[in-house]
Amino acid sequence: MKWTINGRSYEAEVDVRTTLLDLAREHLGLTGSKKGCDHGQCGACTMLVGGRRINACLSLAVMHQDDEIVTIEGLGQPGNLHPLQDAFVRHDGYQCGYCTPGQICSAVGMLDEVKKGWPSHVSADLTEVALDDAEIGERMSGNLCRCAAYPNIVDAIREVAGVDDREPVLETAREIGA
Amino acid sequence: MKLFTYERAASADAAVAEGAAPGTKFIAGGTNLLDLMKLQIETPERLVDISRLPLNTIDEREDGGLTIGALVPNSDLAADPRVIERYEVLSRALLAGASGQLRNKASTGGNLLQRTRCYYFYDTAMPCNKRAPGSGCSAIDGYNRILAVLGTSDKCIATHPSDMAVAMRALDATVVTQKADGDRRRIAIGDLYRLPGDTPEVETVLEPGELITAIELPVPVEGARHLYRKVRDRASYAFALVSVAGVVTMDGDTVASAALAFGGLGPMPWRDPAVEAAIVGKPASDASFAAAADALLANAKGFGSNDFKIPLARRTLIASLRELTGV
Ligand SMILES: Cc1cc2nc3c(=O)[nH]c(=O)nc-3n(C[C@H](O)[C@H](O)[C@H](O)COP(=O)(O)OP(=O)(O)OC[C@H]3O[C@@H](n4cnc5c(N)ncnc54)[C@H](O)[C@@H]3O)c2cc1C
Ligand code: SF4
Ligand code: FES
Ligand code: FES
Repeated sequence: MKWTINGRSYEAEVDVRTTLLDLAREHLGLTGSKKGCDHGQCGACTMLVGGRRINACLSLAVMHQDDEIVTIEGLGQPGNLHPLQDAFVRHDGYQCGYCTPGQICSAVGMLDEVKKGWPSHVSADLTEVALDDAEIGERMSGNLCRCAAYPNIVDAIREVAGVDDREPVLETAREIGA
Repeated sequence: MKLFTYERAASADAAVAEGAAPGTKFIAGGTNLLDLMKLQIETPERLVDISRLPLNTIDEREDGGLTIGALVPNSDLAADPRVIERYEVLSRALLAGASGQLRNKASTGGNLLQRTRCYYFYDTAMPCNKRAPGSGCSAIDGYNRILAVLGTSDKCIATHPSDMAVAMRALDATVVTQKADGDRRRIAIGDLYRLPGDTPEVETVLEPGELITAIELPVPVEGARHLYRKVRDRASYAFALVSVAGVVTMDGDTVASAALAFGGLGPMPWRDPAVEAAIVGKPASDASFAAAADALLANAKGFGSNDFKIPLARRTLIASLRELTGV
């Protein structure tokens, strides 16, 4: 079987039962995506497939051979962080970090959904979308954080979304050695 | 997960030709089926992948209604400007369900056919008539907080968990299918699901290998107010304890028409003409709303830990009617 992940082609022989998450972690060495629940309940496994955020634990690898798949490794690397990775570091948007790759991939997908004008459960008017903390909370509810870093996760996303008028916490992640 | 063989259907015709063989299941988004396969609650021998079939568009019909392809993802359906404008209750119900990630994968057809979240259905160590027919129902005398108070039988008290289906029921949607022999049929959503009776393992009228190809929404009700109110244990990413989908039109202070459907209460998205009859043609008032609640819950039966759903349904319905009518 063949996949395109983070712009690179991969080939592997795997059992037909293999999920996209297990493919990445166990067969391709892409261990950034995490397995929290394996049942769609936590969001730790979130990847972008065709630009859309999905739960990789509830996806069969065999079904996604024609898709463009992006994992946390493809968003940015040390020294070349994605703006959301950078913001999570500066805002301390984690404690143990286990949920973080999923949070960041989810936030990338979520901000794209906002750009497309998709409403959410808390949008008073479904035709006018304005991102605020309640919207960020609702739209990110598919990503649980056992360390409850939620306030700082929301801060990081709010800053990258450009809806934050407060001073940045730190200029760049590099200042604190990230 | 039990081993299975996998094939991707090249067309709907090919899918139905394959789908009727024993042990075969269609897979669309996979968000319910794979969850259940991991737990060996579902153990198909063969998966027919229908996710790439060209049933993923939302089209306007000449009569003014909308036809939704069975593979349209829940997120795309919720965000469709025509759905938001004409069938807001459907957008609201979809947005109240699951998470952003799940809605991106979940399909319209798969959502209708998702299975119950009964704790014992999920626990293969426990008897469950739905999972293992004849083994008994652990929920009736067990922990049944999330289970049904309407339409139950002494074999099963499971609820249907979908939010979307509740809105579809209020909208009088029609399910369009293709059968194994190629024949098509149209099933009113009210006729799609079956009560548990003695065979809770049989949940719908669909035949083996019958493929849902589309869901049709009728011409929208002009000037209607729409509402989907969902009561749950946390504010997001949780199934409904009780939900109400409502489409109501007013003539001054009088309720001119009402379509009301309920989630979390029964084995199918619940609708009862007596509820609507209690308010239609009458001035909107708490007295008629109370009569509607009486009608809804006349035969309601709690099983202990879900007793609270009866007063909760009553209050949720009355609050919803106040909002829908402006009283
Ligand atoms: C953590 C979690 C939380 C959730 N919360 C909610 C919630 O709050 N509200 C809610 O409504 N839902 C909720 N869901 C359920 C979710 O909406 C369903 O899993 C989803 O809609 C199923 O769609 P699918 O395309 O993934 O179906 P699949 O898993 O692919 O299929 C489900 C079933 O339908 C059959 N099937 C699929 N498509 C067709 C077709 N076209 N014709 C015939 N048969 C077909 C399959 O064979 C299978 O039996 C939640 C799910 C999870 C995992
Ligand atoms: S309520 Fe239905 S699904 Fe739950 S244990 Fe009883 S038979 Fe099984
Ligand atoms: S590991 Fe996929 S949602 Fe938890
Ligand atoms: S940082 Fe530990 S789970 Fe989120």
